Amino acid sequence: MTDTAAPVSPGVSPGPYPTRWKRPPQMIKSRFWRYALAIGALVWLVLALGTIEVNWQRVMVGMERGQRFIAGFLQPDFTTRWRDISTGLIESLTMTLTSTVVGVLISIPIGIGAARNVAPGWIYAICRGIIAVSRALQEIIVAIFFVALFGFGAFAGFLTLTFATIGFIGKLLAEDIEDIDESQAEAIRATGASWFQLINYAIQPQVMPRLIGLSLYRLDINFRESAVIGIVGAGGIGATLNTALNRYEYDSAGAVLLIIIAIVMISEYSSGYLRRWVQ
Amino acid sequence: MLTVDKLTKVYKTGDKALTDVSFTVPKGQVVGLIGPSGAGKSTLIRCVNRLVEPTEGTVRLNDLDITRLRAGELRRARRRIGMIFQEYALVERLTVMENVLSGRLGYVPFWRSFTRRFPGEDIAKAFRLLDRVGLSAHADKRADALSGGQRQRVGIARALEQDPELLLVDEPTASLDPKTSRQIMRLIVEICRESGLPAIINIHDVVLAQQFADRIIGLQAGRVVFDGPATGLTEAVLTQIYGEEDWTAMRQAAAEDEAAEAEQRDEAKKMMRAL
Repeated sequence: MTDTAAPVSPGVSPGPYPTRWKRPPQMIKSRFWRYALAIGALVWLVLALGTIEVNWQRVMVGMERGQRFIAGFLQPDFTTRWRDISTGLIESLTMTLTSTVVGVLISIPIGIGAARNVAPGWIYAICRGIIAVSRALQEIIVAIFFVALFGFGAFAGFLTLTFATIGFIGKLLAEDIEDIDESQAEAIRATGASWFQLINYAIQPQVMPRLIGLSLYRLDINFRESAVIGIVGAGGIGATLNTALNRYEYDSAGAVLLIIIAIVMISEYSSGYLRRWVQ
Repeated sequence: MLTVDKLTKVYKTGDKALTDVSFTVPKGQVVGLIGPSGAGKSTLIRCVNRLVEPTEGTVRLNDLDITRLRAGELRRARRRIGMIFQEYALVERLTVMENVLSGRLGYVPFWRSFTRRFPGEDIAKAFRLLDRVGLSAHADKRADALSGGQRQRVGIARALEQDPELLLVDEPTASLDPKTSRQIMRLIVEICRESGLPAIINIHDVVLAQQFADRIIGLQAGRVVFDGPATGLTEAVLTQIYGEEDWTAMRQAAAEDEAAEAEQRDEAKKMMRAL
């Protein structure tokens, strides 16, 4: 029976090679610690779940409210509070557009300054610092601060969103500049170009499409955020939503939410389309 | 005239890329710089316009010590040195014309370059150069719409737009096919001959180097191991630079390439005449 052995692919001699192979463990080599850590994590999860206190009576009451909320959502009332809704909406849209434009304009020099390959060390440190501060502070916290400083209303919202935009666009622009094709920059440098000419001729053409894409993306983030920060008093559609919720007018609140969803979806699709177009 | 004297470059990592490199390039001479990968060809050429800072030694362009210049003076010196790159290094999203005009950046103030309002004579020169390299029909195309050979021609036009006194050419044919390589090399050398422009051409293709350069400098591990006319590149010298290889066979293959190309040219001429 020796000549009916399994067919062998040409060039590969059937030798005493193993037919089984397992991927070696990559992170934790010891079998004991692998199991110990897995079991430990499971025990911790179970214990942690055990410490959560649930007030079932409160849940029942809440269910009822939730039902009314969903019912309102299904029968949204656009008309009763239309005046409030439209004012809030226009305020939100104004806030969104102005804060995005101003934020992007401010973040361009900061983003360039935070790119290691074009900025000297001390400017780099300052710009990275500004970006870090802007990113570390959550919008709601910043909004509370600005509301305390400038009072209720859209101006506080505008400042909050501008501030948040700087961190977002600045960081992503800086990273994009650091990722450029260096040979194009080298070629422009070799012509005797000044620093500003280098930015204008070698950097800008390479990062412009992405900068436009990011700005459009930030525009719809800012609109969503404007709804959230309105709840802490920074004006816009969020304030309208908050008022409706406080008055238990879930049908009006439902209308506001539907409008927010519609606008976010429209901006999502149109910005996607525009981003493909600017490539 | 370019004088390189005892040039040494040690990278931060401690790698010694160049050791005591000295040579002089008189006006109008085309020098082929050959050597294996990692011999320091690219480093040497970039030390001349200080895209790479040399560690020791001097580089002089017509009595101007480039190694001692401060930032502003260096920019003024750089505009007199044209450079052509391996992967063309065009700004892909700019038009062909903008790429050629970027050769004038060292001469015009920022507002002119920003608004793309270059002086009339610069624009005329750019059109003339595009015509010279055979691309006048493509001025308004984006650079990334061109083929490899065409892009390299734009690269050549950009370097010449600078009115250079010296041309640095870094592996101009590395990403081109054999035929286009020859055409590009021929174009570069022709242009140098026309205006008596000295050039240093980094090239790993020995046969091309011999065919087009007046003089060959061979680098090996950062040292000059050969400096002489192209005819002086004997088998022994090549082996010293690159190591053991069958040089005769390589030359033969290249000669066949060229014969085929010449034949094609004749064919084309015949067809043109017939038309």
